[in-house]
Amino acid sequence: MTAGAPADSNPLCGRSPVAFRDGPFENLKVPLAWTAAVVAVVAMAGAALLLVSDRTTPDGGSSYGAARGAAASVTGPVSGVFAAPVRWVGAVTDYIGGYFFAVSENRRLRAEVAELEPWRDQAIALKNVNARYEAMLGLRTEPAVPMVTARAISDARGPFNRAKLVDVGASKGVRIGNPVINEHGLIGRVTGVTGGVSRMVLLTDVASRTPVLVDRTDARALLTGDGSDNPRLEFVRGAGSVQAGDRILSSGDGGGLPRGIPIGVAAKGIDGSWRVKLFSDRGAIDYVRVLLFQDFGQLIDPNALNAPPLAGLTTAPPPNAEQAGAIGDAAARRQAAAEAQAARARAAAAVAATPPATTPAAPQARPVQTRPAQPRPAAEAPSAATSPQPTPAQAPEGVT
Amino acid sequence: MRRPVAVRVVGPLQWIVYPALAAIAATIIFATPVQLFGLMLPEPVFPMVLAFAWPLIRPSMTAPAVLFGLGLFLDLFWNGPLGLWALCLMGVYVVILLSRNLLAGHEGVIRFAWYMACTLAAFLVAYVIVAVRAGNPPAILALIGQILPTLILYPIADWMLERFDDGDIRFR
Repeated sequence: MTAGAPADSNPLCGRSPVAFRDGPFENLKVPLAWTAAVVAVVAMAGAALLLVSDRTTPDGGSSYGAARGAAASVTGPVSGVFAAPVRWVGAVTDYIGGYFFAVSENRRLRAEVAELEPWRDQAIALKNVNARYEAMLGLRTEPAVPMVTARAISDARGPFNRAKLVDVGASKGVRIGNPVINEHGLIGRVTGVTGGVSRMVLLTDVASRTPVLVDRTDARALLTGDGSDNPRLEFVRGAGSVQAGDRILSSGDGGGLPRGIPIGVAAKGIDGSWRVKLFSDRGAIDYVRVLLFQDFGQLIDPNALNAPPLAGLTTAPPPNAEQAGAIGDAAARRQAAAEAQAARARAAAAVAATPPATTPAAPQARPVQTRPAQPRPAAEAPSAATSPQPTPAQAPEGVT
Repeated sequence: MRRPVAVRVVGPLQWIVYPALAAIAATIIFATPVQLFGLMLPEPVFPMVLAFAWPLIRPSMTAPAVLFGLGLFLDLFWNGPLGLWALCLMGVYVVILLSRNLLAGHEGVIRFAWYMACTLAAFLVAYVIVAVRAGNPPAILALIGQILPTLILYPIADWMLERFDDGDIRFR
């Protein structure tokens, strides 16, 4: 059969590949293992190329963020369906465990409540005092960070990746870099976002680096994940600044995380390094909260920064009649006080210019007082020798 | 008179597509964030079984392509470096494919030893790649925690070899 032969002349197959087989390559036989090896080698080359070209972007995402987002969008709902039976089994084990350990857990909870009640009272008192101090000192405190509640639908627990998929995405305001917490403490940060699903990298991931501080000494350190359950504390500043049992909090350095989020407790690892027992491991990480905190830039109103200077002066409303009267009254008082002060200064200068004969050494004329009057207690009576003229603030009613 | 024997054709659908889908489903199920009696589910590399069994069952152009896709799926699903598991799984496939003649006829411990050696080599390559990329070596205990469940999967590979090796009558 030739290439120009009718296609239906071959009863087995009437398409062109048969004609090709009967061509000049008719006797060419390639072992199947060779073709498989060629495909495998090409695939290996492709994998190596992907591996080299996959980089982390400055915002913490991936250079293949679109592909990862598409995969997360597909596997997220599928994970929810496939994982349903596993969740049911987990709920059954929780129910059985709760049934058999209810008494011991009740005792433990009672002891915990009794221990925490004094702390609660102290916290309320300290919160009150702290709020007064902040108001008195005019401290600029950080605003409350809005949060979004989410459910973890998938989990990577291997040595090379520690990550989770959560069922909230950009539609709820989640962005790359948002911190994620549960009821015990910090879990990780969002590194990929789609419309309805987000991926977060845990503190234990081998690529995770988190700036932290030691609560007792305020020493800074870097929390470095290594794929185990207890990440390492590295670059601890200060000798002896960490002890076993110290609370580790987020330091907020770099602006990626709010300061003061509880992370865990310091402990010595079996390899001699400082590690952190994470608070978030005290329970299952199923329901989490995503802090819609991007960085410190969100604390600044860009419109206020871009407004022209002194713009507020041109927009003040005109005073009403009562305010205008009060303003005129205050201006008249200030003018009268200034004139009286000037007259007193002139009199003092005249006295200094004509010294009496009985005075061997005339005191040097004091310069005109230009300092503003120091605030005095309201109960203190003004001295006639030192301040004959009342200041506007101290002038009695009816004096003009 | 001979009784008619039903001809059973074991095509790529049976020994490539269905096992690949099963591996994907198992990976997704075992990624469920749930604790059973206080313990998290293990996270074995299910496609490792296929990377070992497929070249022994029969050389094919489809199998390495599907295996490459499975590796990319693992990387995307676990948020690993793209190409990491694709490279490691393809490495296992190529090694077994080249050693096919050596492995022919062996069973039991010898075959498991090969499976264990290939698994350890794949994890070693992955460990080195991740350590170099992150500038931070992963924990050994966590590594063992993933290697052991993967090794436990060997009976599945053995079953696949018994079930599909030379199972297609067209290749006899």
